[in-house]
Amino acid sequence: MATYQNIFTRVQLRGPIHSVPLPRGNDPRLGRGGFNYLLGLIGEAQIGPIYLGTLGVASLLFGFIAIEIIGLNMAASVNWSPIQFVRQLPWLALEPPAYSTGLHIPPLAHGGWWLFAGLTLTISILLWWVRMYRRAVQLGLGTHTPWAFAAAIWLYLVLGLIRPVLLGHWSEAVPFGIFPHLDWTASFSLRYGNLFYNPFHMLSITFLYGSAVLFAMHGATVLATTRFGAEREVEQIVDRGTAFERGALMWRWCMGFNASAESIHRWAWWFAVLVPLCGGIGILLTGTVVDNWFLWGVKHGFAPSYPLLTPHVTDPALTYGGPK
Amino acid sequence: MSFTLKIVGALAVVGGVFVASHFTLPPVVTIQRAYRGTGSEIVYLPKTLAKSRAENVSPAPEPKQDPAGQPSSAVYQNVKVAGKVDANEFLRLMASIANWVAPVQQCNYCHNAENLAYDSIYTKIVARRMLQMTEYINTNWKQHVGATGVTCYTCHHGQPVPSNIWFHAPLPAPNFAGGMAEVNQGKNLVSSVAVGSSLPYDPLTPFLEQANNIRVQSTQALPGADDASVKDADWTYALMMQMSNALGVNCNYCHNTRAFRDWDQSPPQRVTAWYGIRMVRDLNNNYLDPLAKILPANRLGPTGDGPKLQCAVCHKGVYKPLYGVSLVKDYPEIGADGQINLTADIGAVGDYKDK
Repeated sequence: MATYQNIFTRVQLRGPIHSVPLPRGNDPRLGRGGFNYLLGLIGEAQIGPIYLGTLGVASLLFGFIAIEIIGLNMAASVNWSPIQFVRQLPWLALEPPAYSTGLHIPPLAHGGWWLFAGLTLTISILLWWVRMYRRAVQLGLGTHTPWAFAAAIWLYLVLGLIRPVLLGHWSEAVPFGIFPHLDWTASFSLRYGNLFYNPFHMLSITFLYGSAVLFAMHGATVLATTRFGAEREVEQIVDRGTAFERGALMWRWCMGFNASAESIHRWAWWFAVLVPLCGGIGILLTGTVVDNWFLWGVKHGFAPSYPLLTPHVTDPALTYGGPK
Repeated sequence: MSFTLKIVGALAVVGGVFVASHFTLPPVVTIQRAYRGTGSEIVYLPKTLAKSRAENVSPAPEPKQDPAGQPSSAVYQNVKVAGKVDANEFLRLMASIANWVAPVQQCNYCHNAENLAYDSIYTKIVARRMLQMTEYINTNWKQHVGATGVTCYTCHHGQPVPSNIWFHAPLPAPNFAGGMAEVNQGKNLVSSVAVGSSLPYDPLTPFLEQANNIRVQSTQALPGADDASVKDADWTYALMMQMSNALGVNCNYCHNTRAFRDWDQSPPQRVTAWYGIRMVRDLNNNYLDPLAKILPANRLGPTGDGPKLQCAVCHKGVYKPLYGVSLVKDYPEIGADGQINLTADIGAVGDYKDK
């Protein structure tokens, strides 16, 4: 007998298009909804109808402008060659203004496009946040999703706006590009004396890996207890049945403690949200409050010293002179 | 075959192609560079290492000659920089240079076959300057080359034009559209110098020709006078990737990577490398760049500059060129305080003909 699984399944869910009435004053949804086989392989096969609304349209418009500015400048950097654009896309970027620009508004060709793309992208993201919040309220939900999104927006704003403004240089911000923004993280850590000694970076990583572990533990528990009815997760939270009893026993036997079916979702939510929250704090402190995290770690006694295996050397620039 | 198996099979094929094209098979050899437990290791692949060992073998020196008892200038005409070298040793040196630099073309790569004393070919003028440079390095840059020293073969490896030389990139880069679009940032294209990253594609001009500060990391825990920007770090990072690649080593060959700037935690190799940067800068400015006046157009860069050195020109992927074998000890005339006249005029093409 075929069993229903979302991934590796031959069973496609088909039923009446699932929808709910919209509250008064909302725009109509776009499309009538349909089913997609490929999506059915990895999740629900239903696609649409979609609610766009004024905020959604405005957000997409600003987002489109930002992506256009970034993409066209990338294309210009390979002299509009479509082949080179595709080949080198991961390397291309729109770069923030030079150090000498400070917080001034530079000409478009000298970082102005970066500033403009950042502005429109930020407007787009904030509008999307408002839209997300409005949709949650209109559907009568809690606002957990928009607040989680807000945590990510916090990190984005720290990187591209708050920290550069505090330091007085747009040049401190991140380029818009695939590899270039990754190179930026390495250069950032090199400039500020090793980010691994930044306690908030440590916390952020802890929550990141912790999120992955919690997600795996929770997913495994629900899948393992599905045969006893755990897929009706929400009902089980308020009316605990065999599935959750057995899940609880599993963890209590394995590690002496189990999060409740309700609290595991709060654990996961906070772990996920604390990744960008802590990360944002760590970035914000870098350069503003601490300039070299390794030396800061030495100063506060948590960066140990190790014996040298090689002869001790001194900086040759001290005796030789010249540029360092 | 079941549906699941088909999916798993397809994924396995895609995954296999990815792994085979992006990763190297074990074994991997690691060499400990710092205190145990800190994970500071240099990574080598035995297969790559064996290939490099085979490619970087020092040639055997030519057999020693009995001295002629008189300098080459007394026996041969138009000897400008090696006039003090014993006449027999001079012949041996010339034969060696032919094998080191032009093993196919031999003497005629630099000399007019009609009369070896003629200054008919530009390569002879360049060779004089390069002889001066070799002795200059062995005499004045011992902090970098030590007693091992360098010979023509260190860079040339049997090729008339050494590998890994570089030129200025044409400015503005022809692939930038101009107009209102973002101007060339010197980065965010494929940077072959910085091992395929998007870092600055020419970190050589600012650091190995011009003398800009390389250090970007703060020297104190709290904000103070250190005002390097993250963008500056991009350039330093690119230069360091060039070095790492040229020497076939990881960062920790010269640095304790937890505190890149700290000399107290650095291996002594960092001092050697520090002098190496100064040496290359010195040579580029005083020996290589001036060659642009002598070289024909097809040997110049797109902006008309002469070929320049970077670490890889000598090192060729090895932490010590030719794995540390010293050839110069068999040719003391071009070694430290040898017999090459460092200040002699090297002449010009056509200067000397049937005088």
